[in-house]
Amino acid sequence: MSYGIEHTAHKDYTGAKIGMWLFLFTEFFLFFGPVLLYTIYRFRYHAAFTASSHELDLAIGSINTAILLTSSLTMAVSISALQRDRTKLSLWMLAATFVLGVVFLINKYFEWTEKFSHGMYPGGEALAGGPPGQGVFYGLYFFLTGLHGLHVLAGITAIGVLAFMVLKKKVSAADHVRLENAGLYWHLVDVVWIYLFPIFYLVR
Amino acid sequence: MSIRESYLESGPGSKLASWIFSTDHKRIGLLYLAVIMSLFFVGVTLGFLMRLELITRGPTIMEAQTYNSLFTLHGVIMLFIFIIPVTTSVFGNFMLPIMIGARDVAFPRLNLLSWWIFVAGTILAITTLILGPADTGWTFYAPYSLISGQYVALAVFAVFVLGLSSILTGINMVTTVHRLRAPGMTWHRLPLFVWAIYATAWILVIATPILGVNLLMIIAERFFGIGVFDPAKGGDPILYQHLFWIYSHPAVYVMILPSLGVIAEIIPVFSRKTVFGYKAIAYSSIGIAALGSLVWGHHMFVSGYSYTAGVIFSLFTFLVAIPSAVKVYNFVGTMYKGSIVVDTPFYFVLAFIYMFAVGGLTGVILGALSINIHLHDTYFVVAHFHYIKFGAAALGFFAALHYWFPKVFGRMYNRRFANWSLLIFFIGFNLLFLPMFVLGYEGMPRRYFDYLPQYANLQYLSIFGSWVLVIGIAMMFGNLIKGLFRGKPAPQNPWGAATLEWQVPSPPPKENFREIPEVKHNPYHFENVRRELD
Repeated sequence: MSYGIEHTAHKDYTGAKIGMWLFLFTEFFLFFGPVLLYTIYRFRYHAAFTASSHELDLAIGSINTAILLTSSLTMAVSISALQRDRTKLSLWMLAATFVLGVVFLINKYFEWTEKFSHGMYPGGEALAGGPPGQGVFYGLYFFLTGLHGLHVLAGITAIGVLAFMVLKKKVSAADHVRLENAGLYWHLVDVVWIYLFPIFYLVR
Repeated sequence: MSIRESYLESGPGSKLASWIFSTDHKRIGLLYLAVIMSLFFVGVTLGFLMRLELITRGPTIMEAQTYNSLFTLHGVIMLFIFIIPVTTSVFGNFMLPIMIGARDVAFPRLNLLSWWIFVAGTILAITTLILGPADTGWTFYAPYSLISGQYVALAVFAVFVLGLSSILTGINMVTTVHRLRAPGMTWHRLPLFVWAIYATAWILVIATPILGVNLLMIIAERFFGIGVFDPAKGGDPILYQHLFWIYSHPAVYVMILPSLGVIAEIIPVFSRKTVFGYKAIAYSSIGIAALGSLVWGHHMFVSGYSYTAGVIFSLFTFLVAIPSAVKVYNFVGTMYKGSIVVDTPFYFVLAFIYMFAVGGLTGVILGALSINIHLHDTYFVVAHFHYIKFGAAALGFFAALHYWFPKVFGRMYNRRFANWSLLIFFIGFNLLFLPMFVLGYEGMPRRYFDYLPQYANLQYLSIFGSWVLVIGIAMMFGNLIKGLFRGKPAPQNPWGAATLEWQVPSPPPKENFREIPEVKHNPYHFENVRRELD
């Protein structure tokens, strides 16, 4: 039920895109803050940060990067398919994106629990005894990858909802901007990881 | 349909639901007004009690711990719930779409969602009031905010939720201005209030997320001890201050810019003359927004950072005074050789200009490095920011209330009474805050629950001022509420203004315009309009 005036006549494709880009902008700044802290602490605790990044599992990190990049591809294909009215292909690609997102989170779960089992979590015994830079490194690592994980979760939820809407023809070739915006969001989640992966795993 | 229904008429069905689920930008504006004003009165009460506590030295009506909670809550409510959102959410919502000739904002449902999120944040803030209010000050500085035994995480989360609401409103306003301007409404024909809201919305979009993530880190610190701000674990609390002020200084401009926009609307109408230096005022809004993003470090002159950084932040602080002064010059320049009609909103403008000048100039004083060391964290700072945030920003909102009241509600308040209430407000305000400049200069620190005997006389004067101020506020709002129910019906264009909102009936019809108007003149072209009040 809507209590406002009728908005049926007003469908603004460009407006919807502007709104989404502005929102992505705010998401970018959300991650910018802690990454700024990372940069400063890296200068201050250079040795501890280098040592700590060696402790992260480069293999799982690389696999997760590959997974997210592939999921961005399937998302893009899904949008192109819908624009060409190939609904079935679009749905399959959405399903693939969804599954890849879930696999990413499962990997992350194993990666985190492995660290926890060694007492490497904020307040854990392994970090309490280490140099101060190590604690800050893991504090930022868990905060940033955790925040990113929440965004992956939000992204796959959005993709699930969108798949349902495509199935019900509420989002279609004629009116696909919502799928496009969900795609933009998913790419943002991907881009954020593209920054997090090198700063935690690769810069050693 | 010959008679168009006003937006205040409800159809059949639940009246409450027709308001709280409305996607009409006008109704949402009033929803904000209702919530924000209720909390404003809570904030006023807290401030009043803080002053009252200081009437004798030592504990009078509360203990030190309660006093700490009181100034924290007073700050959180007045800043995050009242002055940051108020003008943008109430009049930005209500007036901006009509002023640019649109039927609604770009995302009406998102707009409603923003309000609901805002209400959720407000409820969270009130919950902390009941459970055990934070005692950290509204800035939540680490490391104390990490160890305080009060409900700090909940208060911080409330502010985070309110910030989310701000971000969504900001996105909505920017998109609306870009996409929904009526034909002929070019950028240089936008009313100056629209420019001001546009600049404000950009600050909200750019700066709020930094505050948001900073607050999330405080929550993560409290629950998990991630150690990024905790010196015991190698973190640096100064970095918290940086991230906090990167948002919270631009937030000062979020408070004042919409009010400057309101003033820029009112002056030409009552001077019957096009605004002096339209482009200068419009671009100075953008200039303030841009420069204001580069001065956050002036809150940290004594926190301990590099001298070079201090000099740069001080320089930029001085520079912000330029676009601010451009505005004041243009306001006065607009009045020059105009045929001024003195009426209630115009009195508010005059009071505003005085308050803004005092607040602004003392801000420049505080921006000087050497003087800042003496005045930092004293009553001088308290007086300065109350002149800007309360005396100027909130008074600008009150001016907007008195200017647009007949349009919003279709009724007129008692204008003579409103003038008297303003006078009492003005006297009370200055009695309350002028002595604080002197107290601060003499060394009275802010946030102290006690004071030395030599400060007693000026404290009494300031406390007496708070009583006068409260009487002024009570008169002002009593009068408006009476006008709301018993006021005479207002004409369509009481003040004789030329902007689009005055070319539709009072109160505006549901769809704003029967046909989207075509704009042919700048917004201060007074040839074809006349004042409809005697």
